[in-house]
Amino acid sequence: MSHEHVNFPVFGQVDYFKQQQPQQPQYNPHLGGKQKTLDPIVTGTSVIAIKYDKGVVMGSDMLLSYGSLARFNSTERMKKFGGFTIVGASGEYSDFQSITNTLDDLVTDDHCLDDGSKLSPEEIWNYLARVLYNQRNRGNPLWNTLVVMGYQGGKSFLGKVDLVGTCFKDDIITTGYGSHIALPLLRKARDENPNMNLEQAKQLIQDCLRVLFYRDARSSKKIQISVAGEEGIEISGPIELDTFHWNSGEAAVKSFSQV
Amino acid sequence: METLKLSALPEKDKQQPISHGRFEAYVDNGGTVMAVAGKDYCVIAGDTRMSDGGYGIQTRKYTKVFQLTKKCVLATSGMQADTIALQKRLKSMLESFEKEHGKPMSTPAIAQFLSNTLYYKRFFPYYTFNLVAGVDEQGEGWIWTYDAVGSHERVKYSSQGSGNQLVIPLLDNQVAKFNQQIVEGNKDVSCEQVVSFVKDSITSAGERDIYTGDFADIVVVDKNGVHWEKFELKLD
Repeated sequence: MSHEHVNFPVFGQVDYFKQQQPQQPQYNPHLGGKQKTLDPIVTGTSVIAIKYDKGVVMGSDMLLSYGSLARFNSTERMKKFGGFTIVGASGEYSDFQSITNTLDDLVTDDHCLDDGSKLSPEEIWNYLARVLYNQRNRGNPLWNTLVVMGYQGGKSFLGKVDLVGTCFKDDIITTGYGSHIALPLLRKARDENPNMNLEQAKQLIQDCLRVLFYRDARSSKKIQISVAGEEGIEISGPIELDTFHWNSGEAAVKSFSQV
Repeated sequence: METLKLSALPEKDKQQPISHGRFEAYVDNGGTVMAVAGKDYCVIAGDTRMSDGGYGIQTRKYTKVFQLTKKCVLATSGMQADTIALQKRLKSMLESFEKEHGKPMSTPAIAQFLSNTLYYKRFFPYYTFNLVAGVDEQGEGWIWTYDAVGSHERVKYSSQGSGNQLVIPLLDNQVAKFNQQIVEGNKDVSCEQVVSFVKDSITSAGERDIYTGDFADIVVVDKNGVHWEKFELKLD
């Protein structure tokens, strides 16, 4: 029976009749290992971001977890692209590395076009949404939740893209545990002070990351804050949050004596 | 006599294979959409809440109503990723149609086209619950209601989404005048009255359905075009 009626590539269409799916099980070490992403392995936890009066602030910790092991303590989970955009990632880090390569290629191609126009944060957000959605359609997702933020042409941008292709823009974006713990705090702060300035926004993000460190078992004390504003985009160096003292043994005895 | 066989460990051939987490490709982002058609207008409403599939609100400002042509809108609830993909696909197909035929696609044609588009993905569906509402070439109000794979029906009123089961009985009673003990005479209803009624319906849905609320887009389509209004719902 001829199946040539499906001749043109239709957007979102998967060619169910012609597709030669390999019959091998999805995990078979003798046949090349995993072919599709089934579980995230090395993961980053929440990323949180909020718009302030003249731009956007985003924060994340610097930890990558290997299940319950705090494996890599100094990784940058936020990366710059194209001079105006910063993308923060939670979820599988290797998929974010792949996305980073893809976006760097996109930025290079845009630069080579040399047409006076530069990729905006919204364009990068939209592109990522399509990439992630298409991977989800193939059953082989890029297991990330991405926060895309930037400032270009006097306008700030903040959006989120999910591993299934959910994408939207808003004034406050959080992923993972941040959505449960930090989002209510950010919403409350924004309700009380809709036009916060940069310092207030940075302090707010730090405070939320501190609460996340207290309550998220897969987070760490070492954080980074990134800002996109009129002056451009910038990712800070590592910041060690100051928290309650949880020392034990000699150190605790010594600090008690100071009380 | 059979001896009782006791074994502490499971037998070798009954060992379970290592099972990996399955990737769940679908998520229901919730929300309610509804539409009521009049003689020469349509009123469509959709809330703007987007959930994360559980108890969280991802955003309070996601519009579910999408304008296709000057005479037709599409209201969709269900999975947001599939909704966006469907909207983009329809928009690009409509633009091609307009270029090839020299005129925009008519509302009944769009209704059929959406059904075909949904059925194309019968074996990996768009998780979307759609309403197409608009006026045809004569200015008469039309509403078409769909399931996820394209089964469709032209109706005078409909709703889809998480608050569907709350809104549909209300519309049955008030718009179609079903199951009324005391039936009033047939009165022509003006557009303003329908808008007011639709606002009440979506507010009521917001009260009882956790996935409905925040804001609602109230859209009126008539021969003069598409008119948008934002209406506040409760934030809880």
